[in-house]
This record gives sequence, structure tokens and C-alpha cells, in this order.
Amino acid sequence: MNATLAWTPVCRLDRLEPDRGVAALVDGVQVALFRTADGLFAIDNQDPVSGAYVLSRGIVGSRGEVPTVASPLHKQVYDLRTGHCLDLPGVAVARHAVRCRDGLVEVRLRQED
Amino acid sequence: MNGDLVVIGNGMVGQRFVDALRARDPHGRWRVTVLAEEGRPAYDRVRLSAFFDGVDADALNLHTPHDGVRLRLGEPATAIDRDRRVVSTATAEHRYDALVLATGSYPFVPPVPGADLPGVFVYRTLDDLAAIREYARGRRVGAVIGGGLLGLEAANALRLLGLSTDVVEFAPRLMPVQVDPAGGAMLRRYVEELGVRTHLGVATTAIRPGPDGAVAALELSDGGAVDAELVVVAAGIRPRDELARAAGLPLGPRGGVLVDATCRSADERIWAVGECAAVDGTCHGLVAPGYATAEVVADRLVGGAATFPGADTATKLKLLGVDVASFGDAHGVTPGCLDVTFTDPATRVYAKLVLSDDASTLLGGVLVGDASAYPTLRASVGGPLPAAPLALLAPDGGGADAGALPASAQVCSCNAVTRGDVDAAIAGGCADVPALKACTRAGTSCGSCVPMLKQLLDAAGVAQSTALCEHFDVSRRELFDIVRVRGIRTFSRLVAEHGRGRGCDICKPVVASILASLGAGHVLDGERASLQDTNDHFLANLQRDGSYSVVPRIPGGEITPEKLIVIGEVARDFQLYTKITGGQRIDLFGARVEQLPQIWRRLVDAGFESGHAYGKALRTVKSCVGETWCRYGVQDSVGLAVALELRYRGLRAPHKIKSAVSGCARECAEARSKDFGVIATETGWNLYVGGNGGFRPRHADLFATDLSTEALIPLIDRFLMYYIRTADRLQRTAAWIEAMDGGLDHLRAVIVDDSLGLCADLDAAMARHVGSYSDEWRDVLNDPERLRRFTSFVNAPDVPDPSITFALERGQPVPARGGMVTARDERGGREREPAEAGRRRQPVTLGLPEVRR
Ligand code: SRM
Ligand SMILES: Cc1cc2nc3c(=O)[nH]c(=O)nc-3n(C[C@H](O)[C@H](O)[C@H](O)COP(=O)(O)OP(=O)(O)OC[C@H]3O[C@@H](n4cnc5c(N)ncnc54)[C@H](O)[C@@H]3O)c2cc1C
Ligand code: SF4
Ligand code: FES
Repeated sequence: MNATLAWTPVCRLDRLEPDRGVAALVDGVQVALFRTADGLFAIDNQDPVSGAYVLSRGIVGSRGEVPTVASPLHKQVYDLRTGHCLDLPGVAVARHAVRCRDGLVEVRLRQED
Repeated sequence: MNGDLVVIGNGMVGQRFVDALRARDPHGRWRVTVLAEEGRPAYDRVRLSAFFDGVDADALNLHTPHDGVRLRLGEPATAIDRDRRVVSTATAEHRYDALVLATGSYPFVPPVPGADLPGVFVYRTLDDLAAIREYARGRRVGAVIGGGLLGLEAANALRLLGLSTDVVEFAPRLMPVQVDPAGGAMLRRYVEELGVRTHLGVATTAIRPGPDGAVAALELSDGGAVDAELVVVAAGIRPRDELARAAGLPLGPRGGVLVDATCRSADERIWAVGECAAVDGTCHGLVAPGYATAEVVADRLVGGAATFPGADTATKLKLLGVDVASFGDAHGVTPGCLDVTFTDPATRVYAKLVLSDDASTLLGGVLVGDASAYPTLRASVGGPLPAAPLALLAPDGGGADAGALPASAQVCSCNAVTRGDVDAAIAGGCADVPALKACTRAGTSCGSCVPMLKQLLDAAGVAQSTALCEHFDVSRRELFDIVRVRGIRTFSRLVAEHGRGRGCDICKPVVASILASLGAGHVLDGERASLQDTNDHFLANLQRDGSYSVVPRIPGGEITPEKLIVIGEVARDFQLYTKITGGQRIDLFGARVEQLPQIWRRLVDAGFESGHAYGKALRTVKSCVGETWCRYGVQDSVGLAVALELRYRGLRAPHKIKSAVSGCARECAEARSKDFGVIATETGWNLYVGGNGGFRPRHADLFATDLSTEALIPLIDRFLMYYIRTADRLQRTAAWIEAMDGGLDHLRAVIVDDSLGLCADLDAAMARHVGSYSDEWRDVLNDPERLRRFTSFVNAPDVPDPSITFALERGQPVPARGGMVTARDERGGREREPAEAGRRRQPVTLGLPEVRR
């Protein structure tokens, strides 16, 4: 698959509510974007366990020092920084690069592994 | 030994005897005939009073039919002819090779004038209780003669029937057999606080009729009098030995069929079991020793050598909500014994331990007000004390630590589980009380040993935390109080001041729910939007494919044709799968987030509002059609259901709340499976609480009877508000009541008698809720800020989520299956089958029968 190397502007930063995700469509890929006190995070929107595209609707929080999101379907918790599932060993969700430029949030799809 | 066996009496012990014999005599060498005086087979007399809690006669049944056993109901024995070996009844003669007397006891009625007046009852059989209930209708004052165990049970029954109640006891204290004077005094304080007046140390000298010839008052030996339109006599029991006496068998010094330790009478073919037997001269008025006699005789009749093991008279009961326990040598009659007592008027706890003369061995004791130490203490009788006496008695001192018990001590007496059994289960991986219950059955009957199970978990080093999650060390209940008392209105302040970290999917929705219960405004306002689970966040229910379902409120299940048509049109226009729910309303499935506001616009315009199917909140108040149409209905059940649903709509709670109203006792609305259920009576409503369907079904308990609508509402208000304040996260009312110290009686004390002084507060909280309700969906539609979150993609709001696709099943759209895995493969992600693929979905491939037109 072809990793997009370009940054795609997605929305203004103020469109992201703190601690609540949104979904974005970047080159046909559904990305879940989060804005937390630790910064911006972007992961795949697809819940790897159920296959449904819902991770952007999960509850954001922390486990220990790790910033997390919980799948809204069956509550598995993921590390927002690495995409690793903290409850199911071996399960992970793809992450993407995200940054904020001039008040605009930009995403760059990342090829994992 | 074999032949014809006749059993007289089919009570608790008679039945146990037949069961025990059949278990030991599989080839049916004994042909058994049971003669029963009562019209119904054996039932659980110990739980007789549950009848007034709404438990019906069937639920008390103890009878199981056996091959080779004939049960002749309503055919009492009238005589025993020992020479001919024949028992006669009014209609037949029954020959016997062996005869077992299991005739129980009769209630002793003191020979006072007026004891036979209409309105005077005894308290022994289901028929007695049914008659009492019938007679109590429309009457206001009652009295009980006798302040023992039975008398107090009867007093509570009268209270439940709505009668104001007096208890007259000849002894100078209540429950003289089980408790000592100081314990009796403590018990009296409790009982009087419940509004039951006691008259101690006085005899009833006469029962006086009123002008209608029915009972109207009691006259007392101190010259006083007590008004009473209904009287229950519970002045003790006497063994039913009349048949034995007439047959010339020797009796015990205080009556009862005299038998030896093998339970055989002076006639080698005649045995006696249960309360009618005077074993070595002593009659036992409890069921456990009765069961022991049944086992002895069953064993003897198949050639065994069992003897009566002696009686354990230990008792623990909850009478009118008060824990009372007495065990071993409770009255301290062992020569030289020592007493250690503890009285705390503040917490109203009294306890006494009886110790051997060297203070090393526990002989017995009495506990009133707090019987939490009972299981440990009872298990320690005859052995060394598990801790210093005062540590054992101090309430909540944790002194009666089960950790000090030997492995052989019986932890759960109901299910004969020892400490060793519990420890083994813990070693085998049981890490909490529910696991221990499932694995050992300990704690599953009366529940009194549950505290000890916790202690044993502690003793084994298994931590039992009440912390909500890693971010808060307190329980939901404590968190609720913190938020309420401190007036905190944001999660960030709460976690900064009383927790740590950033929160999680456990604590955030809990706090959101607490804030909502306290009336903090719209669930999507400000920071609170980030706390909500996706269901509350989109005000709809997330489905397996990422789409949502929509459930408009249909109060009481009542709906006009116009509104039905609107639902049909909306479903058709948005192509939503449509289904009638189990909650008497209509669910529309398969909506995408961006469609939700459009769908709700149409629904709100037609007069619908949110049904809160997504919230931990009131769901539905189901109704039956009731008196309006039904030929049996006695009240307007639909009207009440609608009113209740509108009153409590939107009320956020620790878990969902369901209710129902039935128009008569046929109960078509299934109100007794609801968190609160209402069933119509001729004169008003009966309120039930704590029912549950779902994972662990539970019938609701009868809470109050024959209420007017005005009296009903405040009780439900307080019930719900108290639940909201004190329950655990995701704890339905059923589990909440079961876990409550003091159970239903405590609940009644709090919300009926205002024992905690909370009622005004609870009432005000509910008034605030009712007054401030507004429809969440209407509020969203009117606010562009709130509407903004209902978009598919932040950068492509016009593109519908391409992953949501449908197939047709029985003419309706359903989630298409299988597409998601491929979608992932194409993008080159790691190949992983979604976990659901491992599940075996059973194809339903049966052809649908055609409907002929
Ligand atoms: C739609 C419906 C099934 C149906 O097609 O009939 C349904 C659907 C769901 N039920 Fe239910 N329950 C529905 C009636 C019931 C009933 C019957 C009733 O209410 O009369 C029960 C048993 C009664 C009870 O609750 O005591 C019931 C017991 C449960 C339980 C188990 C609760 C328990 O205490 O054990 C759950 C799980 C939970 O809440 O944790 C549950 C959870 C759910 C959830 C919310 C599961 C979820 O989280 O996705 C389902 C999604 C609803 C949706 O998407 O709209 N549902 N569920 C019914 C909606 C009724 C309504 O109009 O609101
Ligand atoms: C309200 C109440 C609460 C109680 N609570 C407790 C408690 O908490 N703990 C406890 O241990 N015990 C309790 N008891 C006592 C317990 O119920 C009795 O110990 C137990 O029922 C005795 O069993 P039994 O078979 O000997 O007598 P019963 O259960 O009384 O059965 C005797 C049966 O024999 C029948 N009978 C009598 N004469 C004849 C005849 N001539 N022909 C045919 N049938 C005949 C009677 O009609 C009756 O059905 C309570 C009793 C009551 C009434
Ligand atoms: S519960 Fe009673 S009133 Fe209601 S429908 Fe059934 S029979 Fe009729
Ligand atoms: S002692 Fe009754 S359940 Fe354990």
C-alpha cells in the first residue's frame, strides 16, 4: 500500500474539542483525531477487534502515564501514542502523524510495520 | 424391615422424613401413605411470613412427589388402634407395619374470655395468613398477644398490612426465650421506633367484642386496654399429641410423644418426628432438630443405627429489620460461667458472650442490633475465643475476624461450608464474594455469612477495593456525596482535587451521570460532552457496525395512529430497520451520525421526544391496558404508567431504571420484574421494588400496599433518589437492595419512616428534576453548537461513512457482513480476523412460510 508522504490539512484546531475525538477522511482512509492535554494524536478509526469504524467516538483518558482511548464498542483501551492495545496483547491500531500549523490540523498517513 | 408405612402429618418434618426414607429405600420396600390435615402439601413454614411480602404459596412449596408414596390431602387421622395396627380417618382405615407421627404443634391460645371472637387469629398455616390478610382489609388497628419470635413476626405482618400494631407480652421482655433482659430492652427500642407499641410484663385478661360482635379491644392485667380490630395470638405452641394420648402412649413431661434417642415410642412400631416428638422428654420448636429426627427414623426403618445428635438451638433472625442472634448457652446456665457484655445506646447495639469459668472457652451469646459477629462466634462455640472478648463485640471493630477461625469451623451454616472449603476456593482463584458464592454456595441462602467471606478474602491477602478505578480511590456513592456537598460541577476540578490522572471510560461516564442526576444542565454542554459514552454523546445507541439506533419515547406504550404513521414514514424515508422492542416502543436501526438530527427533527416536530434508550436513565414504564378496556382491570394502569414515565423521564441513575404498571393481579405488564412496579388493587396500588429481568432475574419485593396515587408517588420519588445517591456504578436496584445492610427493612425505614432524616432532601431533589426536565433532543436541534458534533467526517461532512452498508433480510436493511475484513486487507494493514469472525453465527435458513391471501 502507498503511504502518503504529504501532509493533508484536515480542519482548524478549534474544531477539535479537548478530550473528544473526531473522524477525518484522508485519502480514503478513516482517521481518528484526538486533542488532549498531551497533544494531538491520530490513529486509524477502525476498531481492530470489531472491525467497525468507531474509535474516534471512544472516551479519552489515561492509564498510569499513558494517554488512552477506549473503544466505544467493547471498551478495549489503546495507547494513543503507539496504537498498542493495553488489554489484548498483540492487538494494535495503526497510527498516523499529526501536527498543527497556523491553527490548522494536518495529518500524514503512516505506513506501519 | 418392610411393609406398610403410615405417616401422619405432611408438614416440614413429615415431608423431610418421606424424602429421607425414599433416598434410603430405592427399591420401595416400604409402601408409604401420608395423611395430611391441611389441604395443601408441605410448605416452608419457616418462611411463612414471606407470604405478606408477596411470595405466593407455590414459592413456599416443599413437596416433591415420590413413587410408592400416596399423599392424602385433607384427610386427617382421627384415631390409632394399636392392637389392630390401623389408623382411621373420617373416610378410611389404613393398616400399618410402622407408623410415624409428624403432627407438629398447635398454637396455644390462653383461655381468656373472647378468644373465639371473629377477628381473633393464630399464626401457623398459610390458611391462617390468608384469613388474616382478608380480614385486615379496611381495618386500622391490630394487636398481637405474645412478644416472642412468632409474635414479632406477626406484628411485622400486621404492620405490612397497614395496621397500627400493639404487642402484649407476659414476660418482662421481648423474645424471652432467645435473649436476656438487656438484649430484650434494646430490641424493644427498635421495635417501638417502628411504631409497634409494646406492653411487657402484662397478661391479656379478656378479648372484648364491639357492637358488631367482632373483636374490638384487649383488656390487660394492669387495668389498661388496647384497641384492636384484629388480634393475632402467638403465645406459644404445644405439641399435637392428642392421637398418641388417646392411643395410650406415654407422653413427655410437657406433652409430646415420648420417644428415646432413636425416636421410637413405647410402642415399637410407632415413631415420632418433629415438633410433636418429646425426644428423651424434650420437645424442640425449631426445624433443624426436627429434620435431625426425620433422618434418624428414616435410617432406623432401613435397618440403620442412627440416634438423635442433640439440638443446636442457635438462631439468627431479622425481625422488623433488627438483627437478633442467640447461640449456645445464651442465658448463661453453665455453672461458674462468666458474662462479657457490651451495650452501646448510640449505635443501639447490645452483645453478650458467655464464657467458661476460666474465660477460655466460648459457651454462647446474644447479639441484638448487629449480628455481624454471629457466624464467627457460632462457629467458635465450644472452642477457644478467636480474639479478645471486647474486640469480638465492638461493632465494626473487625474484631470477630474470621481469619482466626480453624479450618473446620462452619462459615456458612445454611450450606454447610467450612472455612477450609472457602480457603480452598480462594486458593483455586476465587477473588471476590460473587466468585466464592458461585464456587462454594456459601452466602447464597440467608446471606449472613457474606461479611465473613469478605474477611476470609482479606485474611488470604486478596484485596477488596471499593475504588471506582485508578483515578479515584472512592466508590461511586462517596463520589456522589463529594460532588453534591462540595458543589463541584466539572470533571477536571473533581479529578484534580479528589483523584489523579486524566480519567477513563469508567469514571468519566460515572461523573457525567452524577452531574446529570444533580441537575447540572444539558449532557452535551461544555466539558461534559467529553465525559459521555458514545451513546450519550450522540443521544442514540451505537450498534455493531458503527451505526446508531433511535428510540422515541412512547410513554406507557400508548400511541396514537398519527404518531405511529410518523414513525413509519421516518423509518421508510431513512430506510431504517424497524422493530418493536421488549419495552413497548419502537426502535429504528441503522442511522448514521449525520442522519440523527434530520431524523429527530421529523420526530420532534411530530411531538416525540427522546426515549433515553441510550442513557443510564429511566427507560420505559410498561403498562397493561387496565381498567379502561380490560374486563378484569381495577385501576387506570395506562394513565398511571404515562404519568410515571413523564415524571421520571430523563432521570440519570447508576444504571437504567425500568418500571411497569398492571391493572390487576393478573400482572400482564410484568411489573414484578421491574426496578419499581405497581400493581392495582381494588382500593389503590401495591408498590414493588427491586425487580430485574436480564442476566439475573429477580422478582421485585412488595414494598407497600393499597396506596392512593398521592401516597404512591413520594415513595417512588424517594426510592429513586436514594438509589441514585447510594448505589454503585452499574448496579441495578435489585443488586443494590440485596447488598444493602438491613435490606428492604432498612430501605423502608429510610424512605417511609425517614430514619436518616433524608426524606425532605430526596423530595426536593426529585422536585428539581421534574421541574427542570427538558427534552435533550429538542435542545440539541435548537443549538447549532451542539448540532456540530453530528458529522461523519470533520473534513468531509457530506460524505457518509462508507463502511456502513446494508443487506436485506426479511425485507428490511441489516448490517452487511464480511465487508470490513476486506476493507482492512486492501489497505495493507496486518491481517487479523475481527474477533467476531471466530464466533459461530447460526445461519437461519429455514424457508419462511408464505402467508396466503
Ligand atoms: C432494543 C431492545 C431489544 C428489543 O429489540 O426488544 C434492547 C436492546 C439492548 N439492550 Fe436490553 N433491550 C431491550 C429490552 C430489554 C429488556 C426487556 C424490558 O425492558 O422489558 C431487558 C430485561 C429487563 C431488565 O432490564 O431488567 C433487557 C435487558 C438488558 C440488559 C441486562 C440488564 C441486567 O440488569 O442484567 C442489558 C445489558 C446492560 O444494560 O448492561 C441490556 C442492553 C441492551 C443494549 C443497550 C446493549 C447495548 O449496549 O448495545 C441493547 C441496545 C439497544 C439499542 O441499540 O437500541 N438489556 N433489555 C429492548 C429495548 C427496550 C426499550 O424500548 O427501551
Ligand atoms: C411463622 C413461623 C415462623 C417460624 N420460624 C422459624 C425459624 O425461623 N426457625 C425455625 O427453626 N423454626 C421456625 N418455625 C418453626 C417451624 O416451622 C417448625 O419447627 C416446623 O414446621 C416443624 O415441622 P413439623 O413437621 O414438626 O410440624 P408442622 O410443619 O407444623 O407440620 C405438622 C403437620 O401435621 C398436620 N397434622 C396435625 N395433626 C394431624 C392429623 N391428625 N392428621 C393429619 N395431619 C395432621 C398439621 O396440619 C401440619 O400440616 C416457625 C414457625 C412459624 C409458624
Ligand atoms: S393485568 Fe389485569 S387489567 Fe391488565 S390486562 Fe392483564 S388482566 Fe387486564
Ligand atoms: S449462613 Fe446463610 S447463606 Fe451462609
